Amino acid sequence: MRPPDYTSVIDLAAGGVLLAAVLIVWRRELRAMVRLLAWQGLALALVPLAEGIHRGDGVLVGVGVVVLALRALLLPWLLHRAVTSDGALAEQRESTPLVNTTASLLVAAGLTMLAFAVSRPLVALDPGAATRAVPAALAVVLIAVFVMLSRRRAISQAVGFLMLDNGIAAAAFLMTAGVPLIVELGASLDVLFAVLVLGVLTGRLRQAFGATDLDQLRELHE
Amino acid sequence: MTLLLLLPILAPLAAAGLTAALGWRRLTAWVTVLAALAILCCGVILAVRIGARPHLAAGRLLRADGLSVTMLLVIGTVGTLSCWASIGYLDTELTHGHTTGRRARTYGVLIAVFLAAMALAVLANNLGVMWVAIEATTIVTAFLVGHRGTRAALEATWKYVIICSVGIAFAFLGTVLLYFASQHAGAPSGQALDFDVLLAHAGHLDAAVTRMAAGLMLIGYGTKAGLAPLHTWLADAHSQAPAPVSALMSGVLLSVAFSALLRVKTVVDGSLGPAFMRDGLLTVGLLTLLVAASLLVAQRDFKRMLAYSSMENMGLVAVAAAAGTEVAIAALLLHVLAHGVAKTVLFICAGQVQSAHDSTAVDDVTALLARSRLLGMAFTAGMLVLLGLPPFAMFASELSIARGLTQAHLSWALGVALLLIVVAFAALAANASRMLLGPPTDDSPPITLPASVAAALLVGVTACLTLGITAAPLTHLFHAAAGVLGAS
Repeated sequence: MRPPDYTSVIDLAAGGVLLAAVLIVWRRELRAMVRLLAWQGLALALVPLAEGIHRGDGVLVGVGVVVLALRALLLPWLLHRAVTSDGALAEQRESTPLVNTTASLLVAAGLTMLAFAVSRPLVALDPGAATRAVPAALAVVLIAVFVMLSRRRAISQAVGFLMLDNGIAAAAFLMTAGVPLIVELGASLDVLFAVLVLGVLTGRLRQAFGATDLDQLRELHE
Repeated sequence: MTLLLLLPILAPLAAAGLTAALGWRRLTAWVTVLAALAILCCGVILAVRIGARPHLAAGRLLRADGLSVTMLLVIGTVGTLSCWASIGYLDTELTHGHTTGRRARTYGVLIAVFLAAMALAVLANNLGVMWVAIEATTIVTAFLVGHRGTRAALEATWKYVIICSVGIAFAFLGTVLLYFASQHAGAPSGQALDFDVLLAHAGHLDAAVTRMAAGLMLIGYGTKAGLAPLHTWLADAHSQAPAPVSALMSGVLLSVAFSALLRVKTVVDGSLGPAFMRDGLLTVGLLTLLVAASLLVAQRDFKRMLAYSSMENMGLVAVAAAAGTEVAIAALLLHVLAHGVAKTVLFICAGQVQSAHDSTAVDDVTALLARSRLLGMAFTAGMLVLLGLPPFAMFASELSIARGLTQAHLSWALGVALLLIVVAFAALAANASRMLLGPPTDDSPPITLPASVAAALLVGVTACLTLGITAAPLTHLFHAAAGVLGAS
């Protein structure tokens, strides 16, 4: 059997990242959302791994392994811990959605089309196999913003934030085979700490407010 | 030279390590103050030695030029005052049982790392590293904002982390796009995000991609700089954070984020011409001024009032950057420095008033001048600076910004900005006079100033006055910065 060629792996990975994003829009169980996030991390890690093997670039393969460990295992595990910790068992689902599921999926489809429209200059600048997949990554960024705006649980917002970050990382790997190594390392560390901070904050919110429904955050206003 | 660039990052990190090991006590507190002072000293020495050409160090990762040295001076000054006042602040909190030794240690570690991250952000030559440092400031300050642990503080922290992280993520996407454009413009891939390399290749950057990148970075860094439309975290975070942290966030963090925008603007101008960023900054700046002025009018909370005044000033700075002339850039840097010092004095005062009254409502506070001469005087001086009255430096900087705007044929923007500043002036003056003047009532609690807070206030007021009377030694530095930023 012929090994799968580079272009189809890239397309598969980009499609996987986008598919996971759409499924996150669809699901309302927090644990399912976190699991999907892990799958998205796996699909994302395929991009640098495939590019690294394709170009014979050992460093890029190394980066791919780090991305795999961080985004498919460590970060989802941190969120999973926040979902299943003591006291969180009462809230396993997203509270009453601001936008219902059907409308959300339609919005996601619209955002995907928007992403294809806005990323035309990028594809025009470098019409390679990888760059042609960039619209999928930008669609994930837009969908992530939508998830953050329309969900009310603290964990859902953290999931949205990580999804946003996955989308940006996917765009970076597809366009430029990643940013310079030092920036990649710094950015990964930042994301790791940001998720740690969000995890701790979720716990404290639950202690202080008895729930992580962000509608309860209304002490501060004009 | 290299040491002077490394020390501002390493000294606070060393202080953080020491505090982590020994806890927050007299020794480590003073080491933290000294580390902040080291940043200031490096800034001063660099200011004397810096020429028109930037100096690169540490394998081209770090750079010293007019802008980074000016920002080092701001970080050093505000950092020293805030760390100094932190000693008294934490003492009071510990005696009142509002905090524990463990949380004081966390505070000490985080505030030092915060300083290091800001120093790295302004010294970075690589736009990616600059981004990493600015995002690091968000993470580090999260638990500083939430230090008091109340429900309101938690709410403010959550909003702060989420809004700023999302905003700054957009800036990262913009950075990636710029990297993509830079690689296609022929820049070597390892250096394609270096500021000097980007400038050299600016003329060949793909226009459409650069436009997207510039828009994303304007929103992204604008969020962190307190510019509209993603400014909503600002007043909550600044009003809930401990006073010395508010001072650091308001006085320097906003302008550090803005200095990132200045760098981006220089590159984008080289590629697209000045119109794109000028229009963007004008829109965002005037919108910010409008939001800040309208929220100041009805403001009954003095910490939120100070926060919105910071927004107002960042809006004005953005408008000045839009003008982009040498006069305007030099003036905005003076403005940033003067505002940083004055806001520090004011937030430190506000922290003492808050701890005396256990409230931040303007209506609860009267007769500060009669009740504590030092605090009243410091608060008055700070407010006079904010109001832009002579002999203080913001009078000179606002006049020069006006001149820069006229030179850039933006008189209409000047007119709008002036109108909004007058509205903000009236609101600030009314609230300040209510808090400062009048006879003390019988139930007014006494105001006590710990020695370190009093000393920081005295030094801060002296710095305000000195800046106002003679900013001349800084002129060549500001003009060097304007030169680096391509102003003419």
